[in-house]
Amino acid sequence: MSSRNTFYLIVSLCMLIGISMTLYRHIQFEVPWQPGEKRQIWSIEAKVEFDASGDSVEAVLALPQTQQGFTRIHESTASLAYGLSFVNDQDNPRAIWTKRSAQGHQEMYYKVDFLVDPKATDIYQPQMPTTPFTEYPEPYFTAANHLVKQAEEVSADAYSFTRELIKALTDEAAKSNQNTGLILNYKPKNQLIVDLLNNAHVPARIVKGLELEDGRRRQSITEYIQVFKDENDWQIFDLASASQGRPANTLLWEYNGNSLLEVVGGRDSQVTFSMLSVEQSAQSAVAPKISEADFLNFSIDSLPLEEQALFKGILLIPIGVLIVVLLRVLVGLKTSGTFMPVLIAVAFMQTSLMTGLIGFLLVVGTGLIIRGYLSHLNLLLVSRISAVIITVIGIISIFSVISFKVGLTEGLKITFFPMIILSWTIERMSVLWEEEGAKEVVLQGGGSLLVAVLAFLAMNNEYVRHLTFNFMGIQFIVLGIILILGNYTGYRLLELRRFQPLADRED
Amino acid sequence: MLGQFSSPFKLARKGIMGMNQRNTCYISRYNPRKLYPLVDNKLKTKIIAQRDEVTIPALIGVVRTQHDIQSIIPLLHKHSGFVIKPAKGSGGKGILVITKQQAGLFFKPSGAQASEEDIKRHCSNILAGLFSLGGSPDVAVIEALIEFDSCFDGFSFEGVPDVRVIVFQGYPVMAMMRLSTAASDGKANLHQGAVGVGIDIGTGKALHAVQFDRPIDVHPDTDRPLRELEVPHWQRLLELASNCYEMSGMGYLGTDMVLDKSNGPMLLELNARPGLAIQIANGEGILPRLKLVEKMIAQGQKLNPLERVEFSKKEFAR
Repeated sequence: MSSRNTFYLIVSLCMLIGISMTLYRHIQFEVPWQPGEKRQIWSIEAKVEFDASGDSVEAVLALPQTQQGFTRIHESTASLAYGLSFVNDQDNPRAIWTKRSAQGHQEMYYKVDFLVDPKATDIYQPQMPTTPFTEYPEPYFTAANHLVKQAEEVSADAYSFTRELIKALTDEAAKSNQNTGLILNYKPKNQLIVDLLNNAHVPARIVKGLELEDGRRRQSITEYIQVFKDENDWQIFDLASASQGRPANTLLWEYNGNSLLEVVGGRDSQVTFSMLSVEQSAQSAVAPKISEADFLNFSIDSLPLEEQALFKGILLIPIGVLIVVLLRVLVGLKTSGTFMPVLIAVAFMQTSLMTGLIGFLLVVGTGLIIRGYLSHLNLLLVSRISAVIITVIGIISIFSVISFKVGLTEGLKITFFPMIILSWTIERMSVLWEEEGAKEVVLQGGGSLLVAVLAFLAMNNEYVRHLTFNFMGIQFIVLGIILILGNYTGYRLLELRRFQPLADRED
Repeated sequence: MLGQFSSPFKLARKGIMGMNQRNTCYISRYNPRKLYPLVDNKLKTKIIAQRDEVTIPALIGVVRTQHDIQSIIPLLHKHSGFVIKPAKGSGGKGILVITKQQAGLFFKPSGAQASEEDIKRHCSNILAGLFSLGGSPDVAVIEALIEFDSCFDGFSFEGVPDVRVIVFQGYPVMAMMRLSTAASDGKANLHQGAVGVGIDIGTGKALHAVQFDRPIDVHPDTDRPLRELEVPHWQRLLELASNCYEMSGMGYLGTDMVLDKSNGPMLLELNARPGLAIQIANGEGILPRLKLVEKMIAQGQKLNPLERVEFSKKEFAR
């Protein structure tokens, strides 16, 4: 009995490992279940322009990072004859373009792709700014103090305080309140609020974000106010819409209090953005994200492309094997050779189904006729099979040449069939024919082909291909199922028919 | 369409054993893997049968190498009838039966001719492993043709009828006769179209007959009512079958026996993976009988072959 327990333990382990690996891949790396799943990608291009004065030039552009709601998957730059370096400080990632001397209008481009990714989080926390006191000349100082006092009275924390300040500075409030109107004339609203917050010892600063809208061109950056409650708790406030929290569809380009663009050796610098929303298959969208993660990455994405292509085929074989096990153990179909159908199905994968079937029947049929003649020569088995192999190669060459001349390039695919399999099939079929007649050949050959076609359909299925390639865990699940099937002692489907007269007999 | 299928619960209630159950619960449990060569290799079977003095058809010769083939032909000419079979063949594959010779030509039971060349090629195919399990190189065993008992005239067409007895733990549990037909080309394999007749373990008389898994009443070629079939020397035959348990060590065994005119029951070959058609031929599932024997063993009953035969005759008579 202990061996049975071990068996169930192994099966449960296989299933457990398989399912958890699969779920891990899906949840952690967001590999989708379905091949056709689409993901939204924002392609954003920043255009930096300035007029160079003829001296050495240095242009520094802040770069956006993976953040809440967006994963950065790809970036590239274009700039004529400029030296470029990326500096990836945690709190201040930036691109630096440099040139010994430049004259006239300069343009450089930075392009970045962001995946819309609800699960993405900020890869770093911005550092909390200090709260410098800003002097306001009278009468603005009194007006500001009044506003702050009012807001403080009706607020509980940094955020509600900010909200109240914003409320007090809305356009309607400004119209009805002298103080507000006065102070708004002195400073722009954003800077004013930051000053007032800082004066009240609430860390705050202006950050830059980009409203994403499909097809927009030459859009400029939008300013938001970032307010800190403590080191790790901060919020974004939008004065235009008076909303708290990150606005939807807004990418924060710079949220650490650094400058967006600094140009040394140029005038009239500006940065504008163009953006495009792209629907991309989820598979390719998440691919860069997966290849970045190394730890616990049980994926073959990390292999070179050539090996990946090879694995794509190999990983499908267990599915074909599963089909054979199902059809033999549960249905009871007869096949010539246990796993020959899988090999034929693998060949079908290369040729496509119709071409493969026709080619297989043509080659085996012709081979059988030639084998019939060879049997009269009274040869030894090994040399006879060798002769059949060479004959098969001949048949394949002839069919290829003929189909090519006729213009059927499909016919060339016949060369994908493994010679040894074809030859051995021909030999076995031929012996079967002599021994048990044509009927048994059709029966067993047909059975093999049927299983091969079913295995092919399973292996060629878009979903199956997607799942086996992307989820290694599937292999463990298939192994578990095959082990369970090996334990099945019930009737096969065809036995229900075979024993039917026996079961229906009168007692 | 669905009417052709029967419910699995009904089959289970009737005690019918399926292929998967046979493979896992009986063959792999009761037949030790290391004993397979004894059964799968007919030459080895012959050797242990001779050791245990179990009656078998006489061995004419063994072809072990390609070179032996030349020297075997003169030997064959001395025997009017003989059988060439691969030592490791299965399912009746590669068995060549020659019933008579005339003017240097050999004749198969169907009357078809075979030349000396055909015989040589057949031997060479056997040596190359064409008929053996897994295609491994083989030897050809040539044995004397059985002069089968005339009591089966009209029951078999162009071939030797044989008796298959399933022996479980030494107890003969179920038996059937396999009668060749025109469809089976003189062979006694049910899947090739031979008629299977269920035989009462108690009496050796016919119970029920099938061809291609469907019930029949008369032999398709001779029209002889199959109900009249009765196997002579039944007691002796059961003892022979029962002895095969000690001889081979196999717990679940198919024993194929023939009735020779002069020597009576003879062991033809053993089969470690006997098929399930015997249930259809008997019109009964085999499981209740196997379960009964398993119960006997579990109770620690140890009987000699004769006692086991008596037990089976009593319990499994119909």
